[in-house]
Amino acid sequence: MGIGEKKDKQKANKALTAKLLFAVVAMFGFGYALVPLYDVMCDALGINGKTNKVAIDQPHGMAIDLSRTIDVELMAHIPSGMLWQMKPKVRTLQVHPGQVIQTAYLAKNLSQQDTIVQAVPSVSPGIAATHFNKMECFCFTRQPLKAGESTELGLVFYIEPDIPDSIHTLTLSYTVFDITDSVEQEPKSVAMLTNSTATPRRSE
Amino acid sequence: MKTSIESNNIGSTIESELVASDTASSHDDHHAPSGWTRWVFSTNHKDIGTLYLIFSLTMFFIGGAMAMVIRAELFQPGLQLVEPNFFNQMTTVHGLIMVFGAVMPAFTGLANWMIPMMIGAPDMALPRMNNLSFWILPFAFLILLASLFTEGGGPNFGWTFYAPLSTTYSPDSTALFVFSVHIMGISSIMGAINVIVTIFNMRAPGMTLMKMPMFVWTWLITAFLLIAVMPVLAGAVTMVLTDKYFGTSFFDAAGGGDPVMFQHIFWFFGHPEVYIMILPSFGIVSAIVPAFSGKKLFGYNSMVYATVSIALMSFLVWAHHMFTTGMPVFAELFFMYCTMLISVPTGVKVFNWVATMWRGSLTFETPMLFAIAFIVLFTIGGFSGLMLAIVPADFQYHDTYFVVAHFHYVLVSGAVFSIMAAAYYWLPKWTGNMYNQRLSLWHFWTSLISVNILFFPMHFLGLAGMPRRIPDYAIQFADVNQIVSIGGFAFGLSQLLFLWVVIKCIKGGEKAPAKPWERAEGLEWTVPSPAPHHTFDQPPKID
Amino acid sequence: MGGYRLHQLATVRKLFIYLLLLSLPVKALAQTSLNMTQGVTEISGKVYELHMLIFYICCAIAFVVFGAMFYAIFNHRKSKGAVAADFHESTKVEIIWTVIPVIILIAMAIPATKTLIAMEDTSKSDLTIKITGSQWKWHYSYFGEEIEFFSLLATSSEEIDGIKEKGANYLLEVNNPLVLPINKKIRFLLTSDDVIHSWWVPDFAVKKDTVPGFINEAWTKIDKPGIYRGQCAELCGQAHGFMPIVVHAMEEDDYEQWLIGKRQDVERQKIEAAKALANNMPLDQLMTIGEKVYLERCSVCHQPNGMGLPAVFPAINGSPIATGDISLHIDTIVNGRSGTAMQAFALQLTDQEIAAVITYQRNAWDNKTGDVIQASDINAFKNPAEADKKSEEEQ
Repeated sequence: MGIGEKKDKQKANKALTAKLLFAVVAMFGFGYALVPLYDVMCDALGINGKTNKVAIDQPHGMAIDLSRTIDVELMAHIPSGMLWQMKPKVRTLQVHPGQVIQTAYLAKNLSQQDTIVQAVPSVSPGIAATHFNKMECFCFTRQPLKAGESTELGLVFYIEPDIPDSIHTLTLSYTVFDITDSVEQEPKSVAMLTNSTATPRRSE
Repeated sequence: MKTSIESNNIGSTIESELVASDTASSHDDHHAPSGWTRWVFSTNHKDIGTLYLIFSLTMFFIGGAMAMVIRAELFQPGLQLVEPNFFNQMTTVHGLIMVFGAVMPAFTGLANWMIPMMIGAPDMALPRMNNLSFWILPFAFLILLASLFTEGGGPNFGWTFYAPLSTTYSPDSTALFVFSVHIMGISSIMGAINVIVTIFNMRAPGMTLMKMPMFVWTWLITAFLLIAVMPVLAGAVTMVLTDKYFGTSFFDAAGGGDPVMFQHIFWFFGHPEVYIMILPSFGIVSAIVPAFSGKKLFGYNSMVYATVSIALMSFLVWAHHMFTTGMPVFAELFFMYCTMLISVPTGVKVFNWVATMWRGSLTFETPMLFAIAFIVLFTIGGFSGLMLAIVPADFQYHDTYFVVAHFHYVLVSGAVFSIMAAAYYWLPKWTGNMYNQRLSLWHFWTSLISVNILFFPMHFLGLAGMPRRIPDYAIQFADVNQIVSIGGFAFGLSQLLFLWVVIKCIKGGEKAPAKPWERAEGLEWTVPSPAPHHTFDQPPKID
Repeated sequence: MGGYRLHQLATVRKLFIYLLLLSLPVKALAQTSLNMTQGVTEISGKVYELHMLIFYICCAIAFVVFGAMFYAIFNHRKSKGAVAADFHESTKVEIIWTVIPVIILIAMAIPATKTLIAMEDTSKSDLTIKITGSQWKWHYSYFGEEIEFFSLLATSSEEIDGIKEKGANYLLEVNNPLVLPINKKIRFLLTSDDVIHSWWVPDFAVKKDTVPGFINEAWTKIDKPGIYRGQCAELCGQAHGFMPIVVHAMEEDDYEQWLIGKRQDVERQKIEAAKALANNMPLDQLMTIGEKVYLERCSVCHQPNGMGLPAVFPAINGSPIATGDISLHIDTIVNGRSGTAMQAFALQLTDQEIAAVITYQRNAWDNKTGDVIQASDINAFKNPAEADKKSEEEQ
């Protein structure tokens, strides 16, 4: 093989190698892109049981579908041992799609420490989640409660009228996480940003 | 590119006669470096191939030893030998070693040795990167094995390291595990790049893509799969690292993350990974079966298309590992249908091998015995895979020994058997010596019988309700577990025979001609045995 | 008839007999405990049938493919004088053996799809049970009732270590089984407190992962009363193999009776807990109760000998917490230690049990503090305001 041919071969090798290395980096980026992509796909396909994280306003002229009712079950899950009580005011609701429902959870801090919690919602069946819209929810923000105090946490939601006919029951569960420690470690500015809308309604 | 040649063969201290090869100048003007520098600094595809193969065999025994610990504990109900936490470390590291330390490096070693010769190229496209690809591997595994000796123990969350078991609830050594996986991944990626560039740019003139041996084709496709998915594994393992040590919440619901997302990201890598571990096997079998049937491979074009289909479809089935996580029905159906469909091109390949044998003139040298065993036993593994694809049934099989049976059939009596077939097939080329026939037959038959005693009953254990990854089990599983453990010990011992055969063959034996297998085809059989240090410095003529 | 024809017929007859003989052990095996259970629900029966259908199809394919291969191995061998033919491709054949498998797959997919859709329909249930997996036990909560309890492995460590002979339900027995009525559609809501577990009862063909922070659903309708046993089916740490599931399925009347009894139990426990606050138990009684609680709830991590697992679970024997400040000891057990695997036991154990186990830990092995902790101490720790008020009143 002549010198010229060899040089060409080396150039060709380098060029292809560079392209493949680019592909490698792109796939690494794709791996990380899967994180938001996962959320997007879940949202679009309406699966995974994740509901809206930011308040949704009531759409204009939303019609209430009186021809059907959906059983909405409300529950809360406290990781075992966490000294916190969380109960829905009403456990089951008969809801018409399109109807705006106002309800609440009752929270009580059973410990002797001031605690901050984050409630994370999950809807079952997963496919119902995309049709379940919260207009107001205590889960959008952190909830602080002093030791021994109790409070009422509001929830306003509606189920979209175009929810599939196959869904008769919808279960909404909140898992309550104690985030007191991680909040204390945060720089003040971040805490202010995320906590700006936290105004739990006090019990009478 | 250097054109001078050294003619030492692997590991041998016997001075061999300079064999006239088809290379231009074959005088040993400079001797091959001897001693350890030859191996540490080698950029020669044959030496690096040898390094990979020896490394792989070593890791096979280390991972195998861990399997012996597992089977020893499971020999009887009750906890006799190890703590449950250590047992979990054994199952985890056994899996990691076998996947990343034994099977993948073995295939890479075969690729290094054989691909340049098969396409008439003098070496791999990027010889120095080739050296680096290999040498970071022992480093990676030293780190992984060292983690077992840290105070909190090594990784104990399964080779699939699901979060949050691998993040919030994992031992301190997890960082070592992550580091080790990163290095293994880099090694695989570099190897894959090298393979693709070599195959695309360095084929001898006249060797079109559709004239390449199937082993080259399957490795080409495997290399693309590696480039696509190893970086995703790197991403997943980095997310585990940051979730554990740097406060991110990819997989933590409290922070808005999702543990199931880990499984999606992992299996997006994980499923193509298992095809990465089997496609080269298909190439090996497609080389060996025609050689010992005296007939060309049946349906070469179909074989290529089938392999491409399998590779493409492998990206569409990942969630069949996740049917019990709470997926919506339409997703379960999608993944069920795609998984079932993969069996079609796979079946085509099996039919083509059988059609190659049909009305051939069969002989049964050891490579052929292993290849035939592969076809039967891999197909059995494929059947259990098809059963697993059926979602309602999978609800009963998932995370039981039925799955363990399935993947060991395709990986041990599948991939590993094909690697052994390849070893027997090409050892004469590598060493210049025939392996000891009698020992090899002993190795084959003891392996064949013991591998089935070891893994076939696992189907029943799974069906009867025994979960995976448990160090102790209910009474009704006792008898079958005992049989399985005995099969395991026998299989482990049988592999010592293989070690003996290989060592013996390297040291000496009946001299092998350039083409010891009468009806074998391929450029590798046109060079002497042992293959000279440099081959095809001038490209051969292809018709 | 020509000689070759006769030969063909003979071969076919041989094959038929071979098939028949082979099907006998297969049929026999299908009934044994080596096969999947048919279970006690309509769904489990359908799943079993699907499993057998696909198994038989695989057997048939294997028979054909391996049959051809072994035929070639025996008859197309060089040593027998076979000369190789030279065909090596056929588009027609490739198409045939692509299309036929697709048809077979479609035939399998139809019943599979039907069964799957039926399995995932949790609507119109009669009873809902919330199941929570945690390391390493299950928690069951009956919706609409105050009934909830933990379900832990009941097999003794002596059996596991081989000191005692293993019972018939070794590793498949629990202290508080899940009790369910038959003939009612039961909906399960599943979640986890820590890592991913998986709730599996083979006789119901129900297996569902429990994911922390998320809710999964499953359902069953049990046809036959009986005791049904299952296991956790997702690696969840060191005691993954030691957190079984036991379901007692009862006739509806028996279930009603059980419910009534359980409601009374709940009331009784409340009264006992209140009474315990006035208790002044002697040390030896506390030690007995404490040892029982310790072995049941603490020893899985901290070991029966109190030595723990180095760098994983701290030792209690000789621990500064178990021999030092009492309120720190109480705090560790009541509130747990966040960021570690030490759970908060405030709501998992009664005040009496916590008092007893702390007393035990402080006086067992080499720990000899002589401390005696009563249920009222625990209550005072948990409700300092109330306790202060009480002591004010008492003065």
